Amino acid sequence: MGMKTEEKLIVKGKRLDGRKPDEIREIEMKVGGIPNANGSAQVKFGDTVVIAGVYGPRPLFPKHLQRSDRAIIQCRYNMAPFSVEDRARPGPSRRSIEISKVTRLALEPALFLEDYPETVVDVYIEVLQADGSTRVTGINAASLALADAGVPMNDLVVAVSGGKVDNTIIIDLCGKEDNYSLADMPVAYMPRKKEITLFQMDGGLTSEEVKQIIKNILKSGEKVYEKQKEALKKKYAE
Amino acid sequence: MRADYILKLLENGERIDRRKLDEFREIKVETGIIKKAEGSARVKIGNTDVIVGIKMNLGAPFPDVPDMGVLKTGAEFVPIASPDFDTGPPGEDATELARIVDRGIRESECIDLEKLCIKEGERVWEVYVDIHIINHDGNLIDASALASVAALKTSKMPELKEDKIVRDKLVKKLPVNHVPVAVTVGEISNNFIIDPIKEEEDVLNSRLSIAVTEEGKICAMQKGGNCALSMEEVEKMIDLAVKKSKEIRKFL
Repeated sequence: MGMKTEEKLIVKGKRLDGRKPDEIREIEMKVGGIPNANGSAQVKFGDTVVIAGVYGPRPLFPKHLQRSDRAIIQCRYNMAPFSVEDRARPGPSRRSIEISKVTRLALEPALFLEDYPETVVDVYIEVLQADGSTRVTGINAASLALADAGVPMNDLVVAVSGGKVDNTIIIDLCGKEDNYSLADMPVAYMPRKKEITLFQMDGGLTSEEVKQIIKNILKSGEKVYEKQKEALKKKYAE
Repeated sequence: MRADYILKLLENGERIDRRKLDEFREIKVETGIIKKAEGSARVKIGNTDVIVGIKMNLGAPFPDVPDMGVLKTGAEFVPIASPDFDTGPPGEDATELARIVDRGIRESECIDLEKLCIKEGERVWEVYVDIHIINHDGNLIDASALASVAALKTSKMPELKEDKIVRDKLVKKLPVNHVPVAVTVGEISNNFIIDPIKEEEDVLNSRLSIAVTEEGKICAMQKGGNCALSMEEVEKMIDLAVKKSKEIRKFL
C-alpha cells in the first residue's frame, strides 16, 4: 500500500492525467532498435519508457547450468539511474531482483524452450523512464523482443497493471497513482487461452474487487495484444 | 577470418564499410529525451547508441574545495547493448570510459561548479552524469563524451525550497561555460583511423582519446590498447583529433 497524500487522485470521475478509471494510457510499441541483440523492442505506456533486448538461444556457461532437455531463460530488469526523479543507484536492488524473477516466470510458459537444449535465452529489460507500471511495460517489451528474436512461442505475453485509488478501481497506474495507491496489482497473461503467468498484489482489496480488476485487465489487455501484433507486423512488413 | 580481412583492409588504408580512414559514421544527437532527468541526450554514431541522463542531488562538498559543487560520472555497460557485456558491477572498461568522459568535463571546466555551491563547506549541488550504453558498435568514448556535453548543455536545475529539491520545477539552466568534445584516434600499421566500428577496434594496435575545448585546447587524453606509440605518432594523432573535433562539435 502506498503513502498517504492530501491530493485527490480522482476528481469528478477523472484521474490526474485526465483518464477515466478504466482507461489505459497511450501506448507506443516498436520492434527492433538494438542491432546487436537477436531481438529487441521499445514500449511506451504514457511516460513509462522501456526497452528490451534478447540474446539467444546461445550456448550457456558455466556448463552445470545447462539443461540437457531444454533451454533456460535468464532475465534482468534494470532501471537507468536517470529514469526516476531521485537518481537510482546503479546495480541490482532487492526490488529489481524480484522483478527480474517474476518477469522470467511470466515469460517462460509462452516459450518452447525444449527446442533448444543446453542453451540460454537472455532477456534484458532497461527502464529508461519510469512513470508507474514499469514491470508490466517491461514484460510487454520482452515478449515482443522474444518474438523478434524468433524464439518459438505459443502466444505473446500481455501485461497490464490494475489497482485502487480513492476507493475507485483503476487500470494502468501512473507513477503518482502507484505511490499513493490503496492497492496495486500487476498481471501478465497469454491471451489466446487466457492463462495468467504473473500475478502480484499489494494493498487492500475485497475478493470482489480483485475479480473486477482482473476483468478490467483482460479487457485492456486485448488492446495491448493488438498493439503488439501490429508492431510485429510493421517490423516484418518493411 | 573476418577479423583478418578487416585488419588487411586497414593496413591498406581501407575500411570494411568503405569509409575514409578519418571519416565519422552518420552522427545523430537528440536532447531532452528523458522527462525524469534534469538533462538528457541520445547520441547515435552509426550503430553505436548511447543515452546520457543528468540528475542533480544535494550533498556535501569535498573538504579541499568547500565552495564547489560535485561532478560524478558513471557508465554502465548494460548487457542489452552487446553480447560481450556481462551483468554485474562496472568492469574496468566501463570505469575507464566514465573516467575519460569525467576528465574531459572536469578539466575543461565545462560546468561552473562554483555556481553550484549553496552553503560553503556544507551544502552543494551534485551533478550526476550517467552514461547508459544501448548498443555497442565501437567508439563508445566519443559517443559518450558527445552525449554527456549535449545533455549538460541542455540541463535545467530543479528549484530549491527550504533545503529540499522540488523535482517537478526546473527553474534555471545548469551553468555551463565550456564545451569539450572527445575524439579517439586508432592506430594500426602506421595508419590512423577515426570512429572505428567494434570489429575494427578489436584489431587496432592502440588508440588515443583526446578531449578538446571549443578553443582547440586539449583538456584530457588517454592512451588505450596494448601497443606502444612513437612520439611522431602521438603528435600526428593529436593533430588529427583537434581537426576532427571541429567536425563533431557541429552536432552540439
